[in-house]
Amino acid sequence: MPNYNIYVDYIYTVLRTIKQDVEFTENTDLVTELGLSSLQVMELIEHIEDHFDISISLNILPDINTVGDLARKLQELNG
Amino acid sequence: MLLDKFQSMAGVRAELEAIGIVPFGAVTEKITSATEGVVNGHQVILAGTNNYLGMSFDTRCIASAQAAAETWGTGTTGSRMANGTFAEHIALEQELAQFYGVDQAIVFTTGYAATQGMCATLAGPGDVILLDADSHASIYAGAQLSGAEIIRFKHSDTNDLEKRLRRLGDRTGNTLIVVEGIYSMLGDVAPLKEIAELKRRYGGYLLVDEAHSMGVLGEHGRGAAEAAGVEDDVDFIAGTFSKSLGATGGFCVSRHALLEAIRFSVRSYIFTASATPGVIASVRTALKIITAEPQRRERLWENAQLLYTGLKQLGLAVGPSVSPVVAVTIEDRVEALQSWQKLLEAGVYVNLVVPPASPSEKSMLRCSVSAAHSPEQIDHIIAAFAAVNAARPVGIPVA
Repeated sequence: MPNYNIYVDYIYTVLRTIKQDVEFTENTDLVTELGLSSLQVMELIEHIEDHFDISISLNILPDINTVGDLARKLQELNG
Repeated sequence: MLLDKFQSMAGVRAELEAIGIVPFGAVTEKITSATEGVVNGHQVILAGTNNYLGMSFDTRCIASAQAAAETWGTGTTGSRMANGTFAEHIALEQELAQFYGVDQAIVFTTGYAATQGMCATLAGPGDVILLDADSHASIYAGAQLSGAEIIRFKHSDTNDLEKRLRRLGDRTGNTLIVVEGIYSMLGDVAPLKEIAELKRRYGGYLLVDEAHSMGVLGEHGRGAAEAAGVEDDVDFIAGTFSKSLGATGGFCVSRHALLEAIRFSVRSYIFTASATPGVIASVRTALKIITAEPQRRERLWENAQLLYTGLKQLGLAVGPSVSPVVAVTIEDRVEALQSWQKLLEAGVYVNLVVPPASPSEKSMLRCSVSAAHSPEQIDHIIAAFAAVNAARPVGIPVA
């Protein structure tokens, strides 16, 4: 099962395709810092789902602000 | 502060009003027929009303509504579970069940209440709602209220749906799959044959929202499930009276006897006033008419073909297939706003759709065709698009 760091690395990989020339950290806020629209957030989620062959419930999204939040939630749900 | 989050919306509205564009909440000042009226001071052809079969001005429906108002009064003044169930509501439920060939039907006050209420009630904590990404806001709202786990699949992508069903394993028995017959924004039809096959293979329950496809698809006008030949696989069909039936209200029909028990668990049914008698009476008459006059559906599709082909020949980015919903996609929001206003000034009202209401980051000028449009009116709509397109230095940027 992927661990936290693997999730973080893959989130970075996807974010680089959405937002070029931006430095990311685990504390980068997806909406307030990167300015991702709701559609871009869903695009990120779909990439993660396809890559790890998982389904991510929309219910978790209100608790996700940063790259780290998302990676932690993924690890919690999927090991 | 509590209200700060609305400042950006207020700013956008002020900006638009300053340049004289009021796209949302456009005021219809006069209606002269099912296809003509005065909007924001402009005499227009109505090409964005979802009045697919032109029933809103049918004299028989109007007469039924008038007679019902005389007989039953202007409103029920209560909810269905209290004093708001009149004989008219029961009769309509029986007629809807008969129309769909099932035993059970519930009439709601709006289409939104029907889909939101059914999604919110059918699934609960511990269950899963598997919904199409482009689902209507009422479906998302119901899913959120349900307390169920919400998983969305890529729009009409049956490979993606299958992956998600596979990942659910034995939880599919607790899963409600929710799709629409015709999707409201681009007018595309759900691949219901394939979806039904997946449901048969993996399990689960299937709810189809036929809001835009009832009266439009199928030999008898029952919608996309009828057209795909999969009605027996659909557990719940939800829909609205505000499109092909020309009024307002919603419904759910089912072959499951338990729908009668579910009725008394749906909060959007229990805790709201029931539909007014005039509305119910006009819907009853409209349902009889669309059943008896299939030629309306034929005219609708002839008009849809004319408009779709005409706009496509202009080089505009229309949807993937001919449909009563013909949406022109435009990359830029400001371009879309300006084009919408110019169409209005040229005598054509269409719907303006901008993110996040649109299914992508792009904006759309969404037309809906009616059986009541004359070929000349369709020509006028196409000519207005052509004029707006030609007036731009490089034309409307196609997607």
